[in-house]
Amino acid sequence: MNTEILDKISNALNTKFPGAVDSAELPYDFPVFTVKTSQVHDILRFLKEDQDLNFHFLTDLTGLQTADEKQLAVVYHLHNMPKNIRVRIKSFFDIQKPEVPTATDLWPAANWMERETYDFFGIRFTGHPNLKRILNVDEMDIFPMRKEYPLEDQTRDDKEDKMFGR
Amino acid sequence: MAKDIIKKTKLEVAKSPDGLEGPGFFATKVDEAIGLARANSLWPLPFATSCCGIEFMATMGSHYDLARFGMERLSFSPRQADLLMVMGTIAKKMGPTLRQVYEQMAEPRWVLSVGACASSGGIFDTYSVLQGIDRIIPVDVYVPGCPPRPEQIIDGILKIQELAKNESGRRRHSAEYKDLMNSYGIE
Repeated sequence: MNTEILDKISNALNTKFPGAVDSAELPYDFPVFTVKTSQVHDILRFLKEDQDLNFHFLTDLTGLQTADEKQLAVVYHLHNMPKNIRVRIKSFFDIQKPEVPTATDLWPAANWMERETYDFFGIRFTGHPNLKRILNVDEMDIFPMRKEYPLEDQTRDDKEDKMFGR
Repeated sequence: MAKDIIKKTKLEVAKSPDGLEGPGFFATKVDEAIGLARANSLWPLPFATSCCGIEFMATMGSHYDLARFGMERLSFSPRQADLLMVMGTIAKKMGPTLRQVYEQMAEPRWVLSVGACASSGGIFDTYSVLQGIDRIIPVDVYVPGCPPRPEQIIDGILKIQELAKNESGRRRHSAEYKDLMNSYGIE
């Protein structure tokens, strides 16, 4: 059943945005599309406004960093509630230039989600009305979820690194 | 039935301090009398952030009643509170708020740090959690546990009561106390 959904969305995207979709997969029965960052905003608008696909609900917007630490990605989870179809859109880009167009004009919920993604990964969302840190301390100058930064608090001097797995 | 329970219940009145007693008068030290009054009528400010706050709610409930130790009246305004009970994880973003609450309390004030997170950051050795509230405010009693059982929270409160009862009236004006406050940057 899900392969039909995957094919349907895949065909719609490929006809409207040729060359934008890098891959279409079905891990654990979940349709996942990897698209080019230059067209991700238009693809999201199409997925939202198309009467047939109707992905009107943005469930989640988050970021990730690849294992080789060279790329960042933005991950969008969209949901079509009447037909209960979910899709994940991923878009990878170079860590030296982390800029993605904002999705706040499509879904107001993306506002805080993008702020959180900026706070933790440093991904700048161009066109965001208020892109500043949301969960961490305002004066923080690192992006904690990137792999180069350790989880542990660096001001502690009483814990031995070996014994406490730091 | 009720009469049996009433007969079995041992009611204890607060033990009066040593002093000279006579017909119609009782002479004791001012410090001891004030200490007794303060210890048995502390007004706590429950700064409950996470799981330890739930344990505190259980402690305030009827089963582990905290009101029998004089803490009937909780105060959420620091201006009217004696005891700041910090219960739960304090994030670094919350630090300035906690400090402001502490600075708004009037002397004499005590701080009880309940749980592992408030005492030392607990299990959360991370970039976002303050590794112990004693980095920003002076603490009197630490209650370890994750979370500590209500009996342990009561134990911590009894220790605060011991501190309040035996505190010298000059303590808050002494040089040692001033040095402690200066080390935290609090006037």
